[in-house]
Amino acid sequence: MISDLLSVTVLIGILASGIRLATPYLYAAIGETFGQKSGVLNLGVEGQMLLGSFAAFYVTFKTGNLWLGLLTAMLVGALMGLAMAYVTVNLHAQQGISGIGFYLFGLGMSELLFQSLMGSVETIQGFPKVHIPVLSDIPGIGEIFFSQNVLVYGAYLLVPLAWFVLNKTTLGLKIRAVGENPDAADSLGVSVARVRYFTIILGGTLSGIAGASLSIALLNVFQQGMTSGQGFIAVALVYFGAWRPVGVLGGALLFSLVNSLQLWIQVLGIPIPSDIAVMMPYVLTILVLVATVSRVRAPSALSKPFERED
Amino acid sequence: MTEANTLPSGRTRIDRLEMRGITKRFPGVLASDHVDFDVQAGEVHALLGENGAGKSTLMKILYGLYHPDEGQILLNGQPVTIASPTDSIRLGIGMIHQHFMLVPTLTVAENVALGLPSSRGALTDLDRVSKRILELAEIYSLKIDPSAYVWQLSVGQQQRVEIIKALYRGAALLILDEPTAVLTPQEVDELFVIMRQMTRDGHGLVFISHKLHEVVEISNRITVLRDGRKIGTRPTSEITKQDLANWMVGREVTFAPDRGEVQCAEARLQLENVACGSDRGTPGLRGVSLEVCSGEILGIAGVSGNGQRELAETVTGLRKVTGGKILLEGRDITGLTPAEVTDRMLSYIPEERMRDGVIKDFSVAENMILREHTKMPYSRSGLLNLREISRHADELITQFHVKTPSRDTLAKNLSGGNIQKVVLAREIFRTPRVIIAAQPTRGLDIGATEYVREQLLEQRRKGVAVMLISEDLDEILALSDRIAVLYEGQVMDIVPREDATPERLGLLMAGVHPEESAPVVK
Repeated sequence: MISDLLSVTVLIGILASGIRLATPYLYAAIGETFGQKSGVLNLGVEGQMLLGSFAAFYVTFKTGNLWLGLLTAMLVGALMGLAMAYVTVNLHAQQGISGIGFYLFGLGMSELLFQSLMGSVETIQGFPKVHIPVLSDIPGIGEIFFSQNVLVYGAYLLVPLAWFVLNKTTLGLKIRAVGENPDAADSLGVSVARVRYFTIILGGTLSGIAGASLSIALLNVFQQGMTSGQGFIAVALVYFGAWRPVGVLGGALLFSLVNSLQLWIQVLGIPIPSDIAVMMPYVLTILVLVATVSRVRAPSALSKPFERED
Repeated sequence: MTEANTLPSGRTRIDRLEMRGITKRFPGVLASDHVDFDVQAGEVHALLGENGAGKSTLMKILYGLYHPDEGQILLNGQPVTIASPTDSIRLGIGMIHQHFMLVPTLTVAENVALGLPSSRGALTDLDRVSKRILELAEIYSLKIDPSAYVWQLSVGQQQRVEIIKALYRGAALLILDEPTAVLTPQEVDELFVIMRQMTRDGHGLVFISHKLHEVVEISNRITVLRDGRKIGTRPTSEITKQDLANWMVGREVTFAPDRGEVQCAEARLQLENVACGSDRGTPGLRGVSLEVCSGEILGIAGVSGNGQRELAETVTGLRKVTGGKILLEGRDITGLTPAEVTDRMLSYIPEERMRDGVIKDFSVAENMILREHTKMPYSRSGLLNLREISRHADELITQFHVKTPSRDTLAKNLSGGNIQKVVLAREIFRTPRVIIAAQPTRGLDIGATEYVREQLLEQRRKGVAVMLISEDLDEILALSDRIAVLYEGQVMDIVPREDATPERLGLLMAGVHPEESAPVVK
């Protein structure tokens, strides 16, 4: 039975779906990285993903336009980001608690909307696979990396893009400064509030895409609570990745590959109780965080509201 | 290039900046009362005053952080409005804040570039910034590596980054807010070299400090503020330290308090060959033997980091003793917990008063019973007696002249001097047998310093044994009956006050026995 896992076809399958399943983690965790780099802990990612996921699915279901669905998800995420920014930047709310509030809001709201607007589980035709010419013909590699849908490619392009913005632009410099020493940034005329608004809204937008990637690109269905904790894992991945996009990528791949593995274990009927299999990525989250916690240092101003001293 | 009105940085110099009749009211306080102040190119103008005298308010107005209620600012004779730091930077005014405004995780170049437009649009232009930093560093003899991370730099180097940051932004006039407070004596010397060069080149400098000897050494003119009012401005050459101190405080200040006769009746605290580790894992104390008598102040001198902290912490039970014995009134207290040492009536004025002396978010009243809170009358079977605690706090506030809005005010909202008074009150009121005072006046203004020293002398007169650990040699010489010099965790020598000179102590602090003029300890 175990030997079934080692066949080439199955290995390619595990890897291909692992690459695919990392998509929502990447969008959400890169977005969260921007927020945390600027000193804002957003625990509402899961809620933003759920609402984004529903919005994308519903609009696509009604209009048949996938791009319109994606755009709606981005808008919904951005609006939730805007609300989060107002609460944490202007009202100096405790970030962890308000984040949980936004999670519960997204959870409840997506259920309510689902019940009142749809009522039953439907399926749609999601973003199709885009085969990259030539590359997708390479045996194995082609199937794993170059026969995915557009949102998957986007997620991987986001990693170097995020690195570039954070490290090579004046905006990135401001974000890093605001997350480490907002007083210093303020004294040089950098608007701490504006920078944080930007990163929180960006994070919300990316969480919206993360949600949409589940409902209109990977699973092509919307169910209540379908993000099943991926938004929280995304937050954990930011710590795991030590606030670096490449680190986040490594973490996202690790978890999605383990996830993919456990799915295949179930598919192949390997006699491990499915509950145990499903637990694997989550147990791994805890283990990895315990192992990495002392190694890395969070941005100094993380989760601290900024107020100018007078 | 070397036109008369151009600075080496290429910036036009500010010949004269004048503040006229500056008034600033805060609710209930007149922080600045019609103050006139001016700085000219090529001079260091020192701004002196006690904490709360209005120095910072005045400079924050000049830098655009506060807006004056009355008065005007003239730059080269022209009235200007300074609404924000952006305005002041544009006009060529820079400020070196007391607490550095640097991001430790960024490089020097990134810190300098932060908030400035880039020549490459949205992309950073750190290469260009680094080049300009090196240029400025060359012109002003400020050694700095643009690619170094700020967290890797020493405090003195970080200050240089702040200066570069201001110069990079075109500062012609620089406000230095207590720049020496965090520096070692060597770093102070280096800073003064830089400041002298800047004034030679045509910069105007405002130097805020309450260390008189520094002000006298570096400034051309001195303005003294007290209670928001200007007391006067004088050329430095025409005034003595004593005059300045009296001016600042508004009454006669005694630099050398009357110590009275020594009366060593009994050895209250004895250390026999005490050894312990340090935070870095290296030996902290390496066999220290000394005793402190009843009615004497034993000064512990030494360069920072030679075992002073470890000494205080072993005696108070905070640090594990790895060898030797500590006796309090003849009884062995080696290895006892801090609570047990407290019970033997040992009091401790810790070096880091904000961290170890008070709990910042506790009220004055709560901080005053920290040491005795489990005892009658402050508590009984675990229940606090709030009425007694309040009464106790009010009594101490009056007796020790603590300036606080109320006993319920949080400790963090008091000034440094008043926080130290809270600590002093708590530690002294319980009539201790021994007091360990570590850097008790560090960072305090003249008035508070004088008060703390008076209190320590008062305890000495009452027969308490006082161990005074201080890196301020003037303080050691003013208060101590005998002086022990620590060097690399050992006592180099114990010198009676009469035989102690700064030169002799300086040699001992460097690990040299004056008689031998050769290093004794490796």
